[in-house]
Amino acid sequence: MSLLHLVILAPFILAIFIPLFFKYVKQVHTGWFVLVLPTILFIYLIQLIPTVSGGEPIVESLAWVPSLGINFDVYIDGLALLFALLITGIGALVVLYSIYYLTKKGEALHNFYVYLLMFMGAMLGVVLSGNLMVIYVFWELTSLASSLLIGYWHHREKSRYGAQKSMLITVTGGFSMLASFSLLYVMTGSFNIQEIIAQAGDIATSPLFIPAMLLILLGAFTKSAQFPFHIWLPDAMEAPTPVSAYLHSATMVKAGIYLVARMSPVFAGASEWFWIVSVFGMFTLLWGSFNAVRQTDLKSILAYSTISQLGMIMSLLGLGSAAAFYNYEEVYFTATIAAVFHLINHSTFKGSLFMVAGIVDHETGTRDIRYLGGLMTFMPITFTLSIIGAFSMAGIYPFNGFLSKEMFLTGVLNTLMMTDFNMQSIGFLFVAVAWIASVFTFIYSMIIVFKTFTGKYQPEKLDKKPHEAPIGMLISPIILASLVILFGLFPNQFLSYTLIEPAVQSILPTALPAGEQFYVNIYPWHGWTPELWLTIGVIVVGTIMYLTLTKWQNIYKILRLHKKDPINYIYDGFLDKLVTGSQKITYMQMTGRLNNYLAFMSVFLIAILAYGLIEFDAFALDTSIVGDIPIYFWILAVVTVATTITMPFIQNRIAAIITIGVVGYLLALFFVFFKAPDLALTQLLVETVTTTLFLLCFYHLPELRKEKSKPRFKIANLIISLGVGIGVMIVGISSIAMKAGRPFESISEYFKENAYELAGGKNMVNVILVDFRGVDTMLEILVLAIAGLGVYSLIKLRMNDEGGRLK
Amino acid sequence: MKNNVSLQTVTRLTVFIVLAFSIYLLLAGHHAPGGGFIGGLMAASAIVLLYLSFGMKKISKVFTISYPYLIAVGLLLAMGTGFIGVLVGDPFLTQYYDYFYIPFLGTVELTTALIFDIGVYFVVVGVALFSILTIAEDDA
Repeated sequence: MSLLHLVILAPFILAIFIPLFFKYVKQVHTGWFVLVLPTILFIYLIQLIPTVSGGEPIVESLAWVPSLGINFDVYIDGLALLFALLITGIGALVVLYSIYYLTKKGEALHNFYVYLLMFMGAMLGVVLSGNLMVIYVFWELTSLASSLLIGYWHHREKSRYGAQKSMLITVTGGFSMLASFSLLYVMTGSFNIQEIIAQAGDIATSPLFIPAMLLILLGAFTKSAQFPFHIWLPDAMEAPTPVSAYLHSATMVKAGIYLVARMSPVFAGASEWFWIVSVFGMFTLLWGSFNAVRQTDLKSILAYSTISQLGMIMSLLGLGSAAAFYNYEEVYFTATIAAVFHLINHSTFKGSLFMVAGIVDHETGTRDIRYLGGLMTFMPITFTLSIIGAFSMAGIYPFNGFLSKEMFLTGVLNTLMMTDFNMQSIGFLFVAVAWIASVFTFIYSMIIVFKTFTGKYQPEKLDKKPHEAPIGMLISPIILASLVILFGLFPNQFLSYTLIEPAVQSILPTALPAGEQFYVNIYPWHGWTPELWLTIGVIVVGTIMYLTLTKWQNIYKILRLHKKDPINYIYDGFLDKLVTGSQKITYMQMTGRLNNYLAFMSVFLIAILAYGLIEFDAFALDTSIVGDIPIYFWILAVVTVATTITMPFIQNRIAAIITIGVVGYLLALFFVFFKAPDLALTQLLVETVTTTLFLLCFYHLPELRKEKSKPRFKIANLIISLGVGIGVMIVGISSIAMKAGRPFESISEYFKENAYELAGGKNMVNVILVDFRGVDTMLEILVLAIAGLGVYSLIKLRMNDEGGRLK
Repeated sequence: MKNNVSLQTVTRLTVFIVLAFSIYLLLAGHHAPGGGFIGGLMAASAIVLLYLSFGMKKISKVFTISYPYLIAVGLLLAMGTGFIGVLVGDPFLTQYYDYFYIPFLGTVELTTALIFDIGVYFVVVGVALFSILTIAEDDA
């Protein structure tokens, strides 16, 4: 247990005490107690930067389940540290924001902060762990905490719907990830990521390589809201805004990105990885930005924008993997660097934009841009913040989004140089998608700012009179917006070699010889490059399209996208069909009729007998062991069969009982012929006593009713009965025939020899019953006793449904 | 049930024969066909015959045995023989036998298995009669 383990566990430990603070320290907002922790963790992690950027990962291990290779390893390299800083840094800002966002009165703050801390700890666990199973445990914890946070206002139906949706989708991905981890374990014999990476070459040739890759990507895509699993994210906007800012823009949705980046050293050399990650990323980028434009709710716009930006980062990781495919040609490094850089940028501007949306919601009572407008004069600071965030998102100089957007375009253009996969022709499709998506990104960024803060002020549509937010609520977005500008103006001073370069090292660990560094130099002016022309094009076309928005917005109606994301129909339909389908299947088999259950069991019995006979070639007929059959046997057999056949045709209950009795006595006769006097005696007596009992019971019952069933069922029953009969008969005949060839002798010889010697009895049957196998007999009389008491209590103790006695 | 004199007279005679036969089956079980189970069923049939010919009330006055107790005693006897072995240091339910000289009967083989069989006998008699009488008495 080291200090680093404590970093991961501290949020969980604090979470235990939060309800106490909430209950006993009522005058202070609980959030203040929470705020301390992420701040301390952030400062602690900051001072690890020099160590980690030196190229040396920090490794700590703690045995957890050593016998299964599951150890609580902490592994901090550039990538892990970058994520950990985002989690704690933005975590602290979000907690601060939430203190002013959620009031002390009427809110279940203890729940909120427990969930939030649980999430923070789980997220730190995901990024700092070096063991796949530990990552999986924390991964599921993030899903759980996220679901709890989305459903925080659980009295709202939409919150519950969103929580369920996110849970189902992310947990599906989590399970597939678990499967992938298991496959990796099968291939390498280790859960430790670094050991697995060391064996990457062997893994690539394994037949399990592709399944493991697909499963892990399913996990990453569901968590990171990639198409078509993105649908949970817009519904997760029912969560309180601090949660949306934290989980659904800065941290949790990037867990999938983290996973893809972390696993790149294992999988990136394969062309499938390149194609899947970049194509899905690209399409998500386009789909998210295209759908964001039609939204009217601020948070929905931001949700789709997050989807789109995550798609962009994902596609960059995919494009960057071309470096590994081409033995680390330098041109493809740009994409990976851009991915890491944009990851940081997105967290800053998206966090601040969510907080701005929260402020607008908090101060006006609505987030619908159709009701908002002209808020600039009331909320000047919020307006400034939204301009910084949105312009950065749109990719406008001097904000950091411009730089990462430029690098993104460079990365996409670089792939045109690829020699394989027809990239010379298909690659232009990538560029086109990237450009169109950037145009839509520009449009919705403008919508966020100008539809909200400029235009006509409509006081009649607002519940409250809008005013500027309290200073406490503004601190966090102000810090984030300052970072947006700082990173935009001086990217190299703050980020290049402290965070970005070490992170890229972890994604492409074998790209450079040991000791060398990637060349990360981010600057705004490259000269008149194609990317700059593309950006200018984005701004010009974007501006024109924004101004003519009303004219072409009908396209969404034509494409039938104006109501909700079409994937939602598939999801809802699937869930619905799952319920109705399972009901249908259940009703089909659970008919509540004993007849049917008996038929199912019999059919199964026939099937399994037939399978056994055919599979093991078990049918045998040996006539040599059949001796002479005396004439009275034939007579007895014919009488028995005849009596049995009459059974189903008897309509009278008493007659049926007596017929059964006849069969019983005939059976006793068989025992006599087969020289089993004890059995014959017992059979006679038992038959007598049971017939008496039957007569006693059935005396009270009505006549047998003729069952009204369709003839088809009767025929089916007949076939099933015949099947069972023949099946059992074949098994009996075969088992006797097989006995001849068996090397085993019957155990009965032992009893014959020893019954008198050891037990002093000449009746072998009785000696077996009371001596050799006395326990069986003892338990059988116990069964009898229980049956007797059962009869008594059934008849005497008449309970009604409520447990009282009937009169 | 009026004037069933012939039935009752015959029953008086047969019941003793049947009961005697049932005890014979019980005792002979170790060497000849029979044993606790068959003997018990036979005894139960005899008593059922008594109930049939004399009616429920009369016989209940004569036979004041509580059948649940009979079942319990039977189970305890059967299990008790099992513990003899345990006390001596042998496995549970080890049966012992030896030959003894008993006046008037001569040398007789006595075995703990007989006690076990008597337990079976009691349980079977108890359960058979208990069930039949419970159902027969039920007037609902």
